[in-house]
Amino acid sequence: MLRYALKRLLSLTISLIIASIVIFAVIEVIPGDVVRQILGEAYREDTAAALRTELGLDGGPVSRYFSWVTGMLTGDFGTSYTYRTPVADLISDRIGVSLPLAIYALVLSTLIAFPAGIYAASRRGGAGDVTVMGLTQLGVAIPNFWFAMIMVLVFAINLRWFPSGGFPGWDKGFWVSMKALTLPAIALALPQAAILARVMRSSLLDMLGEDFMRTARAKGLTRRQALWRHGVRNALIPVLTIIGLQFAFLLAGGIIIEQVFYLPGLGRLIFQAISARDLIVVESVVMLLVFLVILVNFTVDLAYAAVDPRLRSRA
Amino acid sequence: MSLLEVENLTLSIGETAILRDVELTVEAGQISAITGESGSGKSMTALAIMGLLPRGAQASGRVVLDGVDILATPENTLCQMRGNDMGMVFQEPMTALNPVQTIGDQVAEAILIHTQSTRADARRQAEQTLKRVGLPPDRFPLTRYPHELSGGQRQRVVIAMAIALRPKLLIADEPTTALDVTTQAQILELLKELVVEFNMGLLMITHDLAVVADFADQIVVMKHGDVVEHGATGHLLRHMTHPYTKALFAASAHAVDLPPRPDPAPLLQVQNVVRDYPTPRKSLLGPAGKFRAVDDVSFELQRGERLGLVGESGCGKSTLTRAILGLEPVQGGQITLDGASVFSGKKPNLDIRRKMQVVFQDPYGSFNPRHRVDRLVTEPFHLLPEPPVGADRDARIARALSDVGLSPGDSTKYIHEFSGGQRQRIAIARALIIEPALIVFDEAVSALDVSVRAQVLDLIADLCRKRPLSYLFISHDLSVVRVVTDRVLVMKAGKIVEQGATEDVFTNPQHPYTAQLIAAAPVLPDLTAEALS
Amino acid sequence: MKGLWLGIVISVIVIALAVISFVWTPYDIQVLDVPNKLHPPDATNLLGTDHFGRDILSMIMLGARTSIAVALVAVGIGMAIGVPLGLWAAARRGSLLDEVIMRGNDLIFAFPSLVIAILITAVFGPSAVNAIIAIGIFNIPVFARLTRGAALSLWERDFILAARVCGKSAFRISWEHILPNITNLMIVQGTIQFSLGILAEAALSYVGLGAQPPTASWGRMLADAQTLVTLAPHVALVPGLAIVVTVLGLNLMGDGLRDRLDPRVRADRT
Repeated sequence: MLRYALKRLLSLTISLIIASIVIFAVIEVIPGDVVRQILGEAYREDTAAALRTELGLDGGPVSRYFSWVTGMLTGDFGTSYTYRTPVADLISDRIGVSLPLAIYALVLSTLIAFPAGIYAASRRGGAGDVTVMGLTQLGVAIPNFWFAMIMVLVFAINLRWFPSGGFPGWDKGFWVSMKALTLPAIALALPQAAILARVMRSSLLDMLGEDFMRTARAKGLTRRQALWRHGVRNALIPVLTIIGLQFAFLLAGGIIIEQVFYLPGLGRLIFQAISARDLIVVESVVMLLVFLVILVNFTVDLAYAAVDPRLRSRA
Repeated sequence: MSLLEVENLTLSIGETAILRDVELTVEAGQISAITGESGSGKSMTALAIMGLLPRGAQASGRVVLDGVDILATPENTLCQMRGNDMGMVFQEPMTALNPVQTIGDQVAEAILIHTQSTRADARRQAEQTLKRVGLPPDRFPLTRYPHELSGGQRQRVVIAMAIALRPKLLIADEPTTALDVTTQAQILELLKELVVEFNMGLLMITHDLAVVADFADQIVVMKHGDVVEHGATGHLLRHMTHPYTKALFAASAHAVDLPPRPDPAPLLQVQNVVRDYPTPRKSLLGPAGKFRAVDDVSFELQRGERLGLVGESGCGKSTLTRAILGLEPVQGGQITLDGASVFSGKKPNLDIRRKMQVVFQDPYGSFNPRHRVDRLVTEPFHLLPEPPVGADRDARIARALSDVGLSPGDSTKYIHEFSGGQRQRIAIARALIIEPALIVFDEAVSALDVSVRAQVLDLIADLCRKRPLSYLFISHDLSVVRVVTDRVLVMKAGKIVEQGATEDVFTNPQHPYTAQLIAAAPVLPDLTAEALS
Repeated sequence: MKGLWLGIVISVIVIALAVISFVWTPYDIQVLDVPNKLHPPDATNLLGTDHFGRDILSMIMLGARTSIAVALVAVGIGMAIGVPLGLWAAARRGSLLDEVIMRGNDLIFAFPSLVIAILITAVFGPSAVNAIIAIGIFNIPVFARLTRGAALSLWERDFILAARVCGKSAFRISWEHILPNITNLMIVQGTIQFSLGILAEAALSYVGLGAQPPTASWGRMLADAQTLVTLAPHVALVPGLAIVVTVLGLNLMGDGLRDRLDPRVRADRT
């Protein structure tokens, strides 16, 4: 088990290194001169030189890369050109919105998808199955940001159950903040829940065809007992992969949903940075997102080993 | 009254009739065997008795276990009976256990769902049961996972689950088909002991007539959903009445008529061949380990010789085959055909390849489903410097197909239009079409029903008469190797432990392992010509 | 099979609308008619007008063109690069090359297409081409993994061994034996990725990382509609429903094709 974890950790590190090189290359090397890129029309030799020093952009690409990476490792993400404040401060403010939103959505998605998928599988071919599958078919087809707009119209503007946008801040109270995140989280979660429910169902149905399910029935378990005691845990193995992938989508999708609800998260930060050509901020936020996704995949790999004893002993 | 009485069991799935008026009985403390070829409905009969029929199956008639008609019993009562009054063992032990649960939990579950015992009691009882089936807790603790056990050991776990509550009836569906002969013998012995010890009825489903004759008290012969004959074993073997039963036993004991072999001249030489596979590293940065699958193997195959290679799974026979065919490089030694090496440098030698062809085991996986027969059988033309075209090509396709007993017109069909036996004939046609010096038969008849197998073996003998055919016949089935080879090699753990003329080896084995293999293989009793007439 | 036909009908209608838009739309959307803005659907404007008084039906037709073009090219990129990579990795299974290709794929999975689009836009500015590249790159590992997985199980089959015994190279075997046997799988996955591409294009255009004005795009229409949703709900409803119906149709078609072409069922039938 320890060897398995170490191996995964090694591959996580390699992925992070390569990802950081790719991001650095796209932002700072491919466009040529970052400062020219940032200043655009306003480019003048003297301001450029000053800005270059201020942002720590003098030196060759290799030395700049290493100072960027070592900076990040010590919590120094550089300085924002537009805000003139450390990027680390900007990020730590915004992530307090984006990360809880993604987790909230993941929890919702799982809570909806597991029962729905298991229910549909246990009623295979029946009216319940057809209904659930029809709903998931619809859920997969709905763009989450449009769904969000419709929900704002119905639940915020007409019914006034939830705020239509904005975020009070966690210091204003936990429940108020959660309330502000609820519509965004539902909008994010529903399409993902639809996908997850479909995967859960088909994975369970695959399990129903397995020999060990027949063995369980021969022992005297009812169909339902066999499904719960032997099917679900085995079916979790492919479902975990999807959950891992979904977290990536939820983080990225969150960026879009933040636009609908005017939430001060990483999404708004990154779009403001793009329009202000604040490349240092874009670079750091993208790196952070990729880091989170890779970290989640690492966790999923560990979860695999917890579910599947074959992985623990092989590795 | 018998323990189990099946009367007029008729079964259909949708429009398809599966079983017609099946009748059979099982007595307590006795073994009844259902035998027959694929499609005879023997497994469905077993599932009907367990009440585990697939959805959409319509059954009528009576299946009475100890006074209870199973077909008339509601599902929740059946759940209480399964595992309690009746247990079942399946064919494929590798997949019959839940891979993510320990063996202890899986056996204990069978006890927990039917009794009021505590978890600790159930585990103790599971431990006792596992010990009884030959998995003592000191070597096989309850915390083992299925993947840590061999096929035979897993089958013992499945048996333990089925007998944990001492059911009155045990159904075993091809319980040893997936196992090696020595393991098969041990499992059959275990089942036999349990029948006596628990005074349990055992209904055994098997296609292997040698096992049936050896093992069962009662025999039921099925064909296409009908019981064609049944009776006490001794009586039935002496007085078969139905022609199908006779044909079945005759095919199982089929002897082929091999022509005498020509004078020896060396064809294939295998010298000190070693094949290693890398194994996962023991530590994170340590060197990769290696597993020696073929260990210093040497033998010769003469022109016109029919050589057999027998051994149990994992002995290295498949690896050796791949090395001979030039599909994988070897780490030591040399393989030469007609004096030239099969592998030259890192590349396989095409000049040598065209002198060899192969016939594989699985008639369903041996052909690209998207190609027509003419394209399939001419694939080896790729090895020729100037492949025949036009009329010449058609003539060679026609000849190859006629040689194996198919019609030239079959060349425009797709492979799904043929039965398993016909597909093996097409595989032989594909191997013959470039007239290779050596054919490798890799378990080529192992997946076939006995009657089809007999026909394919006859075809091989027939081909030997028409042309000087040299082949290497690889099989785990000793009885088949015995009838189609002149000489035999016995392989164990990567080494050839014995080789010699086939009859000598079978009648007077020199190596203890060979003796053990031969002793473990069930044999058909010598049926008199009278019994089969 | 009802789903399959419904899916095909919907897909054909959407494609037809996009094709017709090349020669005819009910109104010219270049012409602004501000006095007639936010008109609800009626006989003159079947789907109403937007905040510039443009005919929404015409914009939907032109938007279908953008959506289909972006998704189609993105699937094409994913297939053209992913399938050969997957075949190559499977042909060299267990080698360092296989490992490198698969790890590379894992790495791309860590960059959701939105993130790729953000990176490209930050450097080169927004455009529909960005959306194509971003979605296309993300499609590569999808096809590579699927191809490799299917190819690996085929490589274990005896008919591939027979071809190897006949001296055929890995390249030739991949082309002659593997590829024809995974086409169905690719068609099914292609349909699914196509519908995901339409959703992704809409999302990217919505946040301004995709198609730019004056190119019509369903995502952009929704972005424009966001502040008007209380005044004229149809401006937000129509493009959204267009997306939902199109994606639903494609998914129904994909599922139907899967049932009909399932390689597991088909392996022995044809």
